[in-house]
Amino acid sequence: MITIKDVEHVAKLARLELTEDEKVLYTKQLGDVLKYVDQMNEVDTENVKPMCQVIDFKNVMREDKVIHDISKEDLMKNAPDEENGFFRVPKIN
Amino acid sequence: MNELLKKSATEQSKALKNKEISAVELTTEALTRTKSLEDKLGAFNSFTEETALNTAKKVDEKIAKGEELPLLAGIPLVLKDNMNLKGSKTTASSKILENFVSPYNATITDKLLTNMVPIIGKANLDEFAMGSSNENSAFKKVHNPWNLNKVPGGSSGGSAASVAACDATLALGSDTGGSIRLPASFCGIVGMKPTYGRVSRYGLIAFASSLDQIGPFSRTVEDAANLLEVISGHDEKDSTSLDIPVEHFAGHLNDDIKGKKVGVIKDLMAEGVTDDVAKAIENAIDTYKKLGCEIVEISLPKLKYSIGIYYILATAECSSNLARFDGVRYGYRTSNPENLMDLYTRTRAEGFGPEVKRRIMLGTYALSSGYYDAYYKKAQQMRALVTQDFVETFKNVDILISPTCPNTAFDLGAKSSDPLAMYLTDIATISANLAGIPAMSIPAGFDKDGMPIGLQILAPQLQESSLFNFAHKFEQEHDFYKTLANI
Repeated sequence: MITIKDVEHVAKLARLELTEDEKVLYTKQLGDVLKYVDQMNEVDTENVKPMCQVIDFKNVMREDKVIHDISKEDLMKNAPDEENGFFRVPKIN
Repeated sequence: MNELLKKSATEQSKALKNKEISAVELTTEALTRTKSLEDKLGAFNSFTEETALNTAKKVDEKIAKGEELPLLAGIPLVLKDNMNLKGSKTTASSKILENFVSPYNATITDKLLTNMVPIIGKANLDEFAMGSSNENSAFKKVHNPWNLNKVPGGSSGGSAASVAACDATLALGSDTGGSIRLPASFCGIVGMKPTYGRVSRYGLIAFASSLDQIGPFSRTVEDAANLLEVISGHDEKDSTSLDIPVEHFAGHLNDDIKGKKVGVIKDLMAEGVTDDVAKAIENAIDTYKKLGCEIVEISLPKLKYSIGIYYILATAECSSNLARFDGVRYGYRTSNPENLMDLYTRTRAEGFGPEVKRRIMLGTYALSSGYYDAYYKKAQQMRALVTQDFVETFKNVDILISPTCPNTAFDLGAKSSDPLAMYLTDIATISANLAGIPAMSIPAGFDKDGMPIGLQILAPQLQESSLFNFAHKFEQEHDFYKTLANI
């Protein structure tokens, strides 16, 4: 069963600040969904290879060539805080 | 409204070529109607009038010179607002991208512009394409054109509502677990999810990368086939796009289907299916019998696990994909952060809506130490089994049919407080994404309240031409597609 402590731990991993109400709500809702998901355990998958792609892909290689599709100026236009072409963030700690 | 807006893209193309109307006039009519309906429908996040009219002008110049027009040139189209169009806002209906302006075009956008398809606006969606009712948009809800008190389905609800209301003739959506087919079903139009890898995902805001696929909305099967032809093809910017030739999908619409085998997925005809939907599917079975097909009852025993599998895999992938929204390089940033961690956690808390947070939490949990094998790996193994079920089944039948959804559009608010009930809406659509196969929803009748019912058709990987063939044959036997929402 998922507990409030689990929810707090996961929120930390996911870099999400949750309110106390959200913690209670998500504990219940995630618990409900996981209980439903647990149906999967009815099926024996002992020797089944996990599938991560539905189509047989090969590794795609390309020439190591720099392409300037989008200009730096255009990309920086969406920056929330910028200085001399760099992203500005607050101190780390 | 100009009656031509109600016609198919094929008919509108003829009218343009015959100079009954100019492309600028058609686009202007579409924009006028779209704007006049916006208060009722909430289908649009923004209009891209300038782009649309510039494209339409080019079409008119080509017509004036007597030059051949590319496929779908001049036909008004709407992009789901999780696809990039350079210079336009691309918000994914999220507060975190509310002011994001695309610095580049998605590959599908480039293809549309090459074919001179006027893009009239960006359609509302569930935030980051996560939802089944389009009630999760951070900006406004989309209403169903058939009944404004009902949901249009999600997550591509704005795209579907716009085509159903005849303001746009075509739209693009993205489908991760049914996000094209479900709204197509609820809004009484055609919606199609191609084989995984058929259409480039470059420039589509990623939700669950192993499941996402862009596909067409239209009011006729032929239009959907043509739109798929325009947007599909290999793209070196998307390493998962298939290096195979683009087909003329509409080339087989009228092929004879006599003697072909149609499988009916009996697992999706059982509990929870409303009487009206069941009747419509029985009617579809009769139609295919009449067309000379052999009907085979099919059971897909692993299908019942598909929602569980999906909500582990899709949320795991989304928790990873949405890690990029951190308030550093683009998008919303919280005010006065104390330090970098505070910037991350508050930006994301304030920028994401409840459903997106819920899914990030679930996915992070499934991927976290101690739970990875029990949830993520288990779900990947189950995905292999679901896919295997389809591969085996398609050895014996040409296509599969089922309802697109066990019920018709529900009332706004009816399921918004119960995430699991909302997730179960996708029972019929999710497995096609897990198996990477093409599937579509086409109009198949109406329930007792006059709400549209969708027939889902599924085909083996890369058999889109066959899918369109079966869909077109059904469509031509009925006139459901001619009945339009009265709005």
